[in-house]
Amino acid sequence: MREVEHLIQLLSRLPGLGPRSARRAALHLIKKPETLMEPLAKALNTTAAAIRTCSNCGNVDTVDPCAICADTERDGSILCVVEEVADLWALERTDVFSGRYHVLGGRLSALDGIGPEDLNIPGLISRAETQAITEVILATNLTVDGQTTAHYLTDRLTAANVTVTQLAHGVPVGGELDYLDDGTLTAALRARR
Amino acid sequence: MLDLILTCEKLPSSRSTGAPAGVRCRMEWMDRGIVLSARRHGESSVVLKLLTQEHGRFAGVVRGGQSRRNRGVLEQGNLLSATWRARLEEHLGNFTVELEKGHAARLLDRPDRLAALDSTCAILDVCLAEREPHPELFAATLALVAALDGDDWAAHLVAWEIGLLGELGFGLDLSCCAATGANDGLAYVSPRSGRAVSLSAGEPYRDRLLPLPAVPAGARRGRAGGYRRRPDNQRLFPAAAYLFPAGRATAGFA
Repeated sequence: MREVEHLIQLLSRLPGLGPRSARRAALHLIKKPETLMEPLAKALNTTAAAIRTCSNCGNVDTVDPCAICADTERDGSILCVVEEVADLWALERTDVFSGRYHVLGGRLSALDGIGPEDLNIPGLISRAETQAITEVILATNLTVDGQTTAHYLTDRLTAANVTVTQLAHGVPVGGELDYLDDGTLTAALRARR
Repeated sequence: MLDLILTCEKLPSSRSTGAPAGVRCRMEWMDRGIVLSARRHGESSVVLKLLTQEHGRFAGVVRGGQSRRNRGVLEQGNLLSATWRARLEEHLGNFTVELEKGHAARLLDRPDRLAALDSTCAILDVCLAEREPHPELFAATLALVAALDGDDWAAHLVAWEIGLLGELGFGLDLSCCAATGANDGLAYVSPRSGRAVSLSAGEPYRDRLLPLPAVPAGARRGRAGGYRRRPDNQRLFPAAAYLFPAGRATAGFA
């Protein structure tokens, strides 16, 4: 039973799973060894062996450069800067953006002691200067830290001779004004067109 | 409203608190607070740190703090109305919060002011002892955050930082030279006394003194007049009025 306990312990570390739900998941895996447990173990092994961080953009993929960087159909003149890989995936889900990405790996934070040297900023500056990029879209989060990062990047990119833009901030699709917070309404009024 | 309330409820068990049988006691207070930081705690909660009016820097868990609805409320610099509850006073406890004024949203597209807000909150979060009341500092910080919209925000920030040093016991007296009493040509700060030193008096000791940094226009006006009063005899900054009560080492500002 020690192995099963160990499995439960590991599963309970996953986001969204506590000890109770990890126990249920483990039991479910045990009940379906051929159809679920073994394929899952194999997939985990394969992914763990193959996964790597793209040396160009910071995305995760099984190849380096990643599929997005290697895709010749994409517009290489537009670069979208995101904080985390999850943000890249969110933008990719929209199927609207056809440019390339750059993952910073976090955001500047005075409290956590995260400075520019801790993020993938030199890589961004180098790409903006050496690759044929005309526009950099800063898609950082609309938080104090996210916007501080965006302002810092705007400053750093001035020498690179690229147009720096930011995502619009305001009323979400399906949002009713009555239910919106003051901050969103303020941003929406400021960004009116 | 701002007092600590010991709430007693009729409940079956009370062994851990030592309260009479059938009674459970818990701590509860309501106060206003400025958000200093909000860190993720588990899947959906955050540990929120506030600079409160009556209770100083105080931490507590906000259940559902990572929700889409609450995330905007818990941005640094926002003024909240908060209720803190815990079973015992030494517990981390839980916050229930409501937004009073969203300062962060106003400043998101203004780089320098946003950096000032970020720095203010980070300094307070790091420097202040927990649960030690600083009502004057709270008022001054509130005044500073409101002043970040104005043109002389940098002068307010300088005044606030000097006031904070005073509040923490490192007060500076930059009104006149510690050696000569002159209030012109001030160029150094003595690390030993925290007082300003003029260029001529400090020259022989320059390797042991700290340079007096350049300050924004508003403060520079004050500096020429010995950091005391404007020619119109008004207090230099609204924040200074909160921060520098008589008798402090920073009284030169008042």
